Amino acid sequence: MDLRQQSSRNGSPRKVVLSTIPSDAHTWNLLFLQLLLEEHGCAVTNLGACVPVETLVAESVRCRPDLIVLSTVNGHGVHEGLDVARAVRGRRELDGVPLVIGGKIDTAGSRTAADFRPLLDAGFDAVHVGVTAVPDFLALLERLPSVGHDGTGRRAYVDAAR
Amino acid sequence: MPPAELAAAGTFHAAMDAARRSGTLVVQPRMGFGDTARMRAGLIATRDANAATVGTLTLDSFTRVGDFDAAARAVREGRPLNGYPIVSFAPDVTRTMLDGVCGPDFPVQVRHGSPLPGRIFDALIDAGIDATEGGPISYCLPYSRTPVQRSVAAWKEACRKLAALRERGVEPHLESFGGCMLGQLCPPSLLIAITVLEGLFFLQNGVRSISLSYAQQTSAQQDEEAVTALHRIAARLMPDAAWHVVIYAYMGLYPATEPGALRLVADAARLAVRTGSTRLIVKTAAEAERIPSIAENVTAMEVAAAAAAMTSRGTAPAPTGVEAEALALIHAVLDLNGDVGKALVQAFAQGYLDIPYCMHPDNAGRTRSVISDDGRLEWTRTGSLPIGHLTQPHRSAQLTSTRLLHALSYVKHRYDDLPTPA
Repeated sequence: MDLRQQSSRNGSPRKVVLSTIPSDAHTWNLLFLQLLLEEHGCAVTNLGACVPVETLVAESVRCRPDLIVLSTVNGHGVHEGLDVARAVRGRRELDGVPLVIGGKIDTAGSRTAADFRPLLDAGFDAVHVGVTAVPDFLALLERLPSVGHDGTGRRAYVDAAR
Repeated sequence: MPPAELAAAGTFHAAMDAARRSGTLVVQPRMGFGDTARMRAGLIATRDANAATVGTLTLDSFTRVGDFDAAARAVREGRPLNGYPIVSFAPDVTRTMLDGVCGPDFPVQVRHGSPLPGRIFDALIDAGIDATEGGPISYCLPYSRTPVQRSVAAWKEACRKLAALRERGVEPHLESFGGCMLGQLCPPSLLIAITVLEGLFFLQNGVRSISLSYAQQTSAQQDEEAVTALHRIAARLMPDAAWHVVIYAYMGLYPATEPGALRLVADAARLAVRTGSTRLIVKTAAEAERIPSIAENVTAMEVAAAAAAMTSRGTAPAPTGVEAEALALIHAVLDLNGDVGKALVQAFAQGYLDIPYCMHPDNAGRTRSVISDDGRLEWTRTGSLPIGHLTQPHRSAQLTSTRLLHALSYVKHRYDDLPTPA
């Protein structure tokens, strides 16, 4: 794969903020995604375990990422994901930044996007669960266009997700 | 050997002491539900399982991180939680939930995951519970962004609160979670060192009945050597405490097939019995997918107990240096300060303790490990760990997402891919 395709317009690496929800202490998923994103030409800011919503927003505003990725496996993603989405979508600086969530995001092991409608409605652009989560995520990453901060990136990304 | 003056009550302490004396393996689930009726049903099913058992209240992760409002809101709105929100219920609610279930014959332990456990300790004491677990390192580094120093201070105070139960004639019990440390890829000598140091921290802060832990890793032989070393080191360093060793069934990426998952928990039970450990915490066949049901927990406990019943005490495997490494780590840390809490803080600052792949800001992050060709956990980088004279780091290729996933999935694949015995 040509990593240059993964870079944004000006040739610098695509910036990704990688996080989890406030109550989730798991980090192997974050380390795996960090390595995966780096191998795909991204510069990753990994916020580690139990990230408060305000930390995630503040770090995102500071980094101005091209993508915000939430990975969670403790079953509380359906609750706290909503808080994250509302907080991110409430910040004008983060307008148009694609926001995705994946992992095991409820206590029942639900698998279909229909189960996660509230997350999409709250502002996530994609929800990735089950065995296809990683390939689906990579497919989206490859189709993620060069992102300025003009909102076009998000629209194209949403199209790619459907 | 337990000292003679230990308080007589203390349901968990007394039950575990009796099990240790009789050589019975006690099995315990990781069970926790947000709903009180379901929690009670889970405890009754645990008590009635065909195994020697103790009960568990595993707390939800809002409570673990101190977001009691979120836990209370979820309870109010009837949304599912991933555990029992003990702080958000009035003490009477938990007492009623436990009434007629929990007692001297069936003690209950609270399992949580909090680096700042004060409110959790208050709630469990108020509810009449006398046993819990964790530790200032094992519940801080892997599971939070709380500074180690703050966690040490909080755990010091929590230990004192728990120890004060003795004034009411109850002997409290505290288990170190130090034998887990991210669940996988941490070489055994460091797991032993951390659980022993946390045990010494508990003892220094007034707790007298403790357990030390070890999580099943990638090699049965290496695990047996490690747990044997843990027993020897504890006997040497804690002559005046009442202690036992608890084994955790594998804490990493779990097999997805039911036969694979149950074979893994059966092997954990064999490890416990062969090494003379007293307690085993199981995992279920549903672990890879979601929060397990009550029935899945009972199955796991019964499979473990059946495997234990078919196993007898083993002879210690030939040492490959695990005990020497663990002792070097423990003594280097203890030499830093007479106060174990201060020594732990300093040890992380200096990299004398440094957990591979741990993202916590207080972790030096200069160590790395790998699963060797024969399935053992080995160091590839030892950073500033004081074991340079004892170990030759293995050579390894650069860490990639594929290699990491391969290592994380090593146990899952080995157990899922085995043919089911007829």
